[in-house]
Amino acid sequence: MSMTSSVARSLPVPSRRAPAGAGALAWLKTNLFATWISTAVTLALGYVILRIVLALIDWALLNAIWTVPYSANGIAQTAVCQAVKGVGACWAVIADKYRLILFGRYPYDEQWRPAIVVLIFIGLYAVSAMRRFWRKELVLIWVGALAVVGVLMWGGVFRLPVVTDDQWGGLPITLILATFGLAFGFPLAVLVALGRRSTHLPAVKTLCVVYVELIRGVPLISVLFMASVMFPLFMPAGVNIDKLLRAQIAIILFAAAYLAEVVRGGLQALPKGQAEAADALGLSYWKKTGFIVLPQALRLVIPPLVNTFIGFFKDTSLVLIIGLFDLLTMGKVALSDPPWQSFSTEVYITLALIYIAFCFAMSRYSRGLERELGASQRR
Amino acid sequence: MSQTVTGKAAITLDKVNKWYGALHVLRDISLTIGERERVVVCGPSGSGKSTMIRCINRLETHQAGRIFVEETELTDDTRALDTIRREVGMVFQSFNLFPHLTILENCTLAPIWVRKMPKAQAEELAMTYLERVKIPEQAKKYPGQLSGGQQQRVAIARALCMQPKVMLFDEPTSALDPEMIKEVLDTMIGLAESGMTMVCVTHEMGFARQVAHRVVFMDRGEIVESGPPGQIFENPQTDRLKLFLSQILRGH
Repeated sequence: MSMTSSVARSLPVPSRRAPAGAGALAWLKTNLFATWISTAVTLALGYVILRIVLALIDWALLNAIWTVPYSANGIAQTAVCQAVKGVGACWAVIADKYRLILFGRYPYDEQWRPAIVVLIFIGLYAVSAMRRFWRKELVLIWVGALAVVGVLMWGGVFRLPVVTDDQWGGLPITLILATFGLAFGFPLAVLVALGRRSTHLPAVKTLCVVYVELIRGVPLISVLFMASVMFPLFMPAGVNIDKLLRAQIAIILFAAAYLAEVVRGGLQALPKGQAEAADALGLSYWKKTGFIVLPQALRLVIPPLVNTFIGFFKDTSLVLIIGLFDLLTMGKVALSDPPWQSFSTEVYITLALIYIAFCFAMSRYSRGLERELGASQRR
Repeated sequence: MSQTVTGKAAITLDKVNKWYGALHVLRDISLTIGERERVVVCGPSGSGKSTMIRCINRLETHQAGRIFVEETELTDDTRALDTIRREVGMVFQSFNLFPHLTILENCTLAPIWVRKMPKAQAEELAMTYLERVKIPEQAKKYPGQLSGGQQQRVAIARALCMQPKVMLFDEPTSALDPEMIKEVLDTMIGLAESGMTMVCVTHEMGFARQVAHRVVFMDRGEIVESGPPGQIFENPQTDRLKLFLSQILRGH
């Protein structure tokens, strides 16, 4: 590629354009209606898709029930919804329960606090995603934002009533577990990956290998169980570490083991000459790692890294087995209310949309990032 | 062109030995390179010539014998190693530019972080050397946008930005397309004229003749012959060197 540029500069050669199809019609013709078989398949599939979409619109929008009346003692009268079951969606369940689903058993009057926490998290993701904020100050922003999150959730200062974490639930729990899990798990993963490749420190290397293999060898559920049930047994009497914190630490350790292997893949893919050139220039180990090795290794593994991030975002829902109420669990709790018991489809679709929003944002962002970083790095 | 070589030793190898497992790749290598001396190392592939110069800045570790750069001995002591790597520049066969950094950043990284030079001064220095290798206009580009010859010239400038006392070249033209070899060799000849101490592993015999004070011929991990280029090329003493010369001459 490099050659052509210098040759092209010295000898201008007239170039021809590659033949291109003309417009949408040509595209349709080549891709959908090229032969009679493909025309038939196109028409048949088109019909099926159309029917599904129309049925969905009917159910979700046209025949849907948006509100239900309430009896004098505040119980929802869901007879209208029962009447259209199967024909129209009953979104009234979401209208009635969205605050329980999003914020769990957090005191009703204080739910503006977890709401702000959710917004802070989303803002934090957005700021971190923008490359112009990729500087040292970003670490301070994170520390500041996470401190504010802690203050808002716990309260106890600035005349905010204390809300202990056994009352937390819903989306904030999911975001807290995922964000802290990855924010602490990722740096730990980088250290473990570097340790595992260390040639000069065999003890560190062994420790890293044992850690990764132990954690990878067991299901997340059992790690969570250990953190919640077994771990307190080993603590001296009177010392009690908070349940949420224990779950959080379990998730951090679990995520770090997986991410470490992803990062190690990137380290291995980097040509040896890069580290040698850095050595030859006299850069110290940490400068070599920070300036040369990691920036290249990490961008090589953006796709599997984001894959793991997305996986962990959803795996946080497993904390339900140790009695924490994350978003998914709160959906179940909402459905335990007798009038709404039969409207699980609506609730689960809503939950799915929330999960999709976060995961799709992550995957789109990673694709953009790959393109952007790849542009400066063609070899 | 011949310059006087001062009596002081820049690099001393004393009975250096190295093994890869059971394979004895360096056998009792003893070699003293004077200040401002230019030495070309040649030999068939697998003769240990790259391994030898990679031992000088400890990209490879030797297992027996001693290596000195000026008065500093190369040992496990990291302090000594840092000192040596600051003073010894290296140019690789595969360039090894940092693809995620611009040409200018490639050149200023080590001066800023190893020599603790202010950024402005480092950039000024980098531009001086990029001008010397005749590509200042590429400073803002990334390595991937440059030709192989240009990349290797940047790699030379990058090493020079550390203002080393010794430059090591490990087959600097072997990965280049034929039409780009000359531009790199010209840069190296320019560098030689400035009086830099150079150790160069290469098969470019024209370059050796023009620039080297001394040619060292290695085979099977040992130094077989060494002497001025005229003597080595016109009057080889050993059969191994005669064979090697006949092979590379046939190849050219």
